[in-house]
Amino acid sequence: MTAELTEFRAEVAAWLRDNNPADPGFLLPQTFMEVGSERILDFLREWQHKVWSAGYLGMAWPEKYGGRGLSPIYQTIADEEMRRLQVPICFNVIGLGWAGPLILDIGSDYEKEKYLKGILNAEDIWCQGFSEPNHGSDLGAIQTRAERDGDAYVVNGSKIWTTMGNYAKYMILLARTDTQAERRYNGLSFFLAPMDADGISTAPIKKLTGEYGFTETFFTDARIPVDCIMGEEGQGWRIAMKTLQYERGAETGAAGGIQILSIMMEDLLRMAQDMERDGQPLLKDPVTRDNLVKFLIEEKSVYLAQQRADIPALCADYPNSLQLSSKLRSTEFFRRMRQYALNLQGAQGSLYVGDDQAIDGGFWQRAYLNNFSTTIGGGTSQVQANIVGEHVLGLPKD
Amino acid sequence: MTRTANMTLNFSDEQAMILESAKAFCADKSPITVVRSLLDSDRGYLPEVWDEMVALGWTGISIPEQYGGSDLGVGSIIPLIESMGRHLHCAPLISTSLAAQAILRGGSEQQKQTWLPKIVEGAIGTLAVLDNSDWGASLSACTLETSDQKLRLSGRKLLVSDASVADFFVVSANHQGKACLVIVDAAQLAPECLHRKTLIDETKRACDIDFSGVEVDASALLPNGEAALRDIRLLGALFSAAEATGSCAATLDCIVDYLTTRIQFGKLIGSYQALKHPTVDILLQMEASRSLLYQAASIVSAASVDTDVEIACRMAKAQATEALLFAGDRAVQFHGGMGFTYDCDAQLYLRRGQWQQHQYGDAQHHRRHLAALLLD
Repeated sequence: MTAELTEFRAEVAAWLRDNNPADPGFLLPQTFMEVGSERILDFLREWQHKVWSAGYLGMAWPEKYGGRGLSPIYQTIADEEMRRLQVPICFNVIGLGWAGPLILDIGSDYEKEKYLKGILNAEDIWCQGFSEPNHGSDLGAIQTRAERDGDAYVVNGSKIWTTMGNYAKYMILLARTDTQAERRYNGLSFFLAPMDADGISTAPIKKLTGEYGFTETFFTDARIPVDCIMGEEGQGWRIAMKTLQYERGAETGAAGGIQILSIMMEDLLRMAQDMERDGQPLLKDPVTRDNLVKFLIEEKSVYLAQQRADIPALCADYPNSLQLSSKLRSTEFFRRMRQYALNLQGAQGSLYVGDDQAIDGGFWQRAYLNNFSTTIGGGTSQVQANIVGEHVLGLPKD
Repeated sequence: MTRTANMTLNFSDEQAMILESAKAFCADKSPITVVRSLLDSDRGYLPEVWDEMVALGWTGISIPEQYGGSDLGVGSIIPLIESMGRHLHCAPLISTSLAAQAILRGGSEQQKQTWLPKIVEGAIGTLAVLDNSDWGASLSACTLETSDQKLRLSGRKLLVSDASVADFFVVSANHQGKACLVIVDAAQLAPECLHRKTLIDETKRACDIDFSGVEVDASALLPNGEAALRDIRLLGALFSAAEATGSCAATLDCIVDYLTTRIQFGKLIGSYQALKHPTVDILLQMEASRSLLYQAASIVSAASVDTDVEIACRMAKAQATEALLFAGDRAVQFHGGMGFTYDCDAQLYLRRGQWQQHQYGDAQHHRRHLAALLLD
């Protein structure tokens, strides 16, 4: 088995090296939330299709749905190699990582047949309709209505921060089917909604970077076929929470592929390597050195947290602490680290994507700005701190 | 991850049991009332509790079986020290364990046979390795000169922990232009050589010691002292990190306790985000300390300290000491008027943090060394 896996790893690595696309001449996205133009979309769609065609995506999904029916270890290895060789991301993330595993897990045969292969081969892009304007961090309060009318649900309302909403064919949609439910969570239902239904429109959101990647999505008497509901009416909250488990990696089943090109301290050190201050290498400056070492210590502790969470004896004080604080810890670390990267660039740090003197094409500038999607999206750091304070330390709600 | 970071992290069932029983033991023997009752005492701990720890095998935990120990590895000391730090329990385990490591790493077979079984049975040892305020100083101001058939020490050592109860000292000195370690029996020191210091942390005990004129046989000189000295300084940083991490967890408990009981402006003060969020920061800092601590504990061994272990020890100390300083400072502040009183326990943790940061090098000292290891 081990020899087989070693051989497989070499095979993937060789394929990736041979097929890693040439520099397209524009900055490629670090995450799937940065697909801001048709050329980026086409590039990533072609890449994901290629990875899937080569057999390195959805390896643990059943063969009849486009997978290979192999042990998940193969996908893990393929992903490790993709990460190591820094190939582009597999961008259909909502499908590969959330909707796909959910459908595999609790979907009907019809749903599996209909949706899964298109997720893997990148023909069908998926988006997510959970957050709403005014309820960014509070999912339980969503207002979008879905009312049963014959063979359809009529949907009214709007969603925001829909990643690739303008390119998606399907949306996992959380909407309120019952406004009278005693607990507000019980009035929600979960849909696999076709984005081409009449009455659904999207408006791109221009991000702080000046680029696109998200839309606001409007539902105006949109008719969604009845069979698009997942589970029963009123089960939406439960299914949504299950979906979030995939996002957080607490449930397995994701199709694989790398979804994010991480920026590590190693990248920052590489960037700092050739810089000078007053004729001396920047890396000889004592203040810079102290700051960089602080970040290196923090980086190590961020990665160790995930490992330690698997050792209950070392988490006895607050058993849920490392999991619940994981987003806060890592996203804030990356925010400060990327911010510091700009500081290290000296006067060049004031340049931006598009300037031919910008270091690494303005990669760091864009990375810092985009990082706010992680410290704001999915619950702001301040809300996260409330959650940790209340659910880990037992502090009172305010 | 960065090229040089070893990420191995493991914790055996055996270590989990050690941690579990050490926690229970320290909670039982060192409630805060006992800690306070010992603040004015000479020793700073109860000898009968030390005897119990010895009987439980704590002093022999990392000593090989041939010398009477249980040979569970240096990493197994960490849960013991963390638990003691958590309850501000100050029996001389850190001092004794470091003295044992010095002999294990630098001593001759004869020295090991002489001293290690005694340590297992409860003899107290301590290190005398600090010459001035600088933990980074490479050469000792203390010297060891040959005169007749004897070796003669001269010079003064600073802040020797648990000196007044120690049965023996492992002293660093310059000998023939090199750093060395030499064992001095407490019986060789006249009482007036020890000068008890007034420490900011009233739970701790330390003396300055004038070793001038003390004569030892060649048999007291550790043959591999120079390398052992380097190792024990790093292990000292690691053990200090363990104690700091435990004390930081206790500080957090102290804060959470107050935030969930104190009412102001009609609300429990823990509901205010101005207090809640920094308390969460303390939790995250404590968790980072614990991760780095047990990672270091996973890779430290009887072998001489390599680069991976050095990085891990220095990172653990740099992180743990800053976390505790921050927690102790905030603990006093968050207790408001109460926090300004001697009766409030927050001051114990603040003082622990201030004392602790100077054990085996403060955070900046270790980061300076890490920079050389990681950036050059």
